Amino acid sequence: MSSRIWSIDLEKADELFNALAAGQRLYLPIEQAGQVQFKEYDPADSKQKVRLDALNTVRSAKDLFFPQSENMAAFKREGKKIEIIDNRERVSPFAIFGVRACDARSFEILDRVFLSEPVDVSYADRRENGTVITLACNEPEETCFCEAFGIDAAEPGGDISAWIADGKIWWQPITARGEALTEALADVLTNAEPDDEKLVMQKKQIREIIAQLPLHELSLESFQPERLKEIFDSPKWQELSEACIGCGTCTFVCPTCQCYDIRDYDTGNGVQRYRCWDSCMYSDFVMMAHGNPRTSQVERFRQRFMHKLVYYPANNEGVYSCVGCGRCLAKCPSSMNIVKVAKAIGGEANV
Amino acid sequence: MCECSCGHNGHEHIHEHKDALMPVIGVVTSIRIDTPDVKTFRVTAPEGGICFDYVPGQCAMLSVPGVGEAMFSITSSPTNKDYMEFSIKKCGTLTDWLHEIEPEQQLTIRGPYGNGFPVEADLKGQNLLFIAGGIGLAPLRSVINYCLNNRDSYGSIDIVYGARSSSDLVHIEELKTVWPELKDTNVHLTIDRPEEGWDGHVGFVPSYVKELDFSLDKTVLLCGPPIMIKFTLASLQEIGFDKTQVFTTMELKMKCGVGKCGRCNIGSKYVCKDGPVFRCDELDELPDEY
Repeated sequence: MSSRIWSIDLEKADELFNALAAGQRLYLPIEQAGQVQFKEYDPADSKQKVRLDALNTVRSAKDLFFPQSENMAAFKREGKKIEIIDNRERVSPFAIFGVRACDARSFEILDRVFLSEPVDVSYADRRENGTVITLACNEPEETCFCEAFGIDAAEPGGDISAWIADGKIWWQPITARGEALTEALADVLTNAEPDDEKLVMQKKQIREIIAQLPLHELSLESFQPERLKEIFDSPKWQELSEACIGCGTCTFVCPTCQCYDIRDYDTGNGVQRYRCWDSCMYSDFVMMAHGNPRTSQVERFRQRFMHKLVYYPANNEGVYSCVGCGRCLAKCPSSMNIVKVAKAIGGEANV
Repeated sequence: MCECSCGHNGHEHIHEHKDALMPVIGVVTSIRIDTPDVKTFRVTAPEGGICFDYVPGQCAMLSVPGVGEAMFSITSSPTNKDYMEFSIKKCGTLTDWLHEIEPEQQLTIRGPYGNGFPVEADLKGQNLLFIAGGIGLAPLRSVINYCLNNRDSYGSIDIVYGARSSSDLVHIEELKTVWPELKDTNVHLTIDRPEEGWDGHVGFVPSYVKELDFSLDKTVLLCGPPIMIKFTLASLQEIGFDKTQVFTTMELKMKCGVGKCGRCNIGSKYVCKDGPVFRCDELDELPDEY
């Protein structure tokens, strides 16, 4: 990690954002209709409400790399002939500021899926052109459990790590891409000391808050790939899944959910093929012409948690496909979530 | 540099990788009616020949844009470089549509997907027992013809094939007149219920396999409806076969074909990427959810 560090007064955040937006598209946590989402920042729009204090955007930063829907191709059918039109556009460079440590880790989890052979070309293109600027979490919430995955919210990672402390934004490039972007900001950033007392204090404070959070002790140790069948066969799934209404909200707010659908829409002037997010919580997710291997919500519910806590780790050196962002805890309309599952199934397994 | 290990700079990148999700055009050159609900489609590249190289047991995504896209096993043997074949049962939106098309119709095709049967690694030099039910012959026919086209590399070949009725037997010409004439190759046909004019065996495949009481010096390739696979495997074990001698091929809903869309998993394995061919003892390691 680079030891060089910069800062800018929080009051002058606009100067930083304008300088960033001058070089590439810039996405920030922006409030719209009471909801904070990563939106493109427009320096000319004074009404845009940038919310650096918002802990989690409603949807995760995943959208910028794996969008909810994207056009893959178009087709023209004329008589017996078909024409394939590859109409995907390559993205131009962009930066995203305010990514939390949990979301930053989620990119590494998605990378293992989409950048393994055969590489997903759209995702790879966005990863190569996107600079991730993280922001440490000064006020982690009760739903946070990133610590269970070894994530340090005080050292948020990405291409550049940022902190808010002592009325300043602190800025530390981590990767070569982060260094390059920082060089272009020489006019707005001021050199600072990496071991500045105020910054050190802020990091310490973040860790102290996390140590007092209700999910501080959450352990996933018992979810081991070699116990796959035992966990799959747990009688607890039945009871746990009874709360699930199959709305799919957890999958849509999740930064690591990767499942997608490929679907054609006949526009009347050719067929457009889209890739869009899908949810294993839906009844038709695995339905085939001749049957459905997951006929009830018990199986669909189990699939989601088995994937995150057992199947994904089995294929990825034990890495869980969860980052503890807490969105599913906050958003599930029936208050069922991965923590309850981990406690019920994991607790049982520990006995 | 690119995040993957290809070594290219980002900007040229999108064209450097073959896009596994982007199809090419295939042309249906002829259509054979096999049974009341199965047709075999010959497909070539627009300039002729096969659309891509593959190994027996691999699959391809066929699509009529706007109608649907689905995974089908490639029925022809890769030793045939002139065309690919797909035996397709009419049972859903896309297959209904395909059953209505006429020759010269274009489709989109992408692949190949999956691991295929280990025709070189594990099957070479072995006596082979193929067991298929209904449309389950489609993926096995690719291997059968591959082995018969490389006849000296394989031992004896037995083919047990059953269907509901004599009119439901697919690839009947090869079953009746081509394969039985070849060296050290035996075909054992059965239908579920007695039928006028049928002088062959009557009964379900699992019980026929027991009656045939094969010697255990064979490697088995098994494909059919899930229930048939389950009971046939039990029959084989009753005769004395071990699960490690039996390969089968699976089918689940698929969208991407490359283990990323999250749809076709059985436990931690993706059928499209880690399968569709599994050795039966490998399936024991996985949850029973297929």
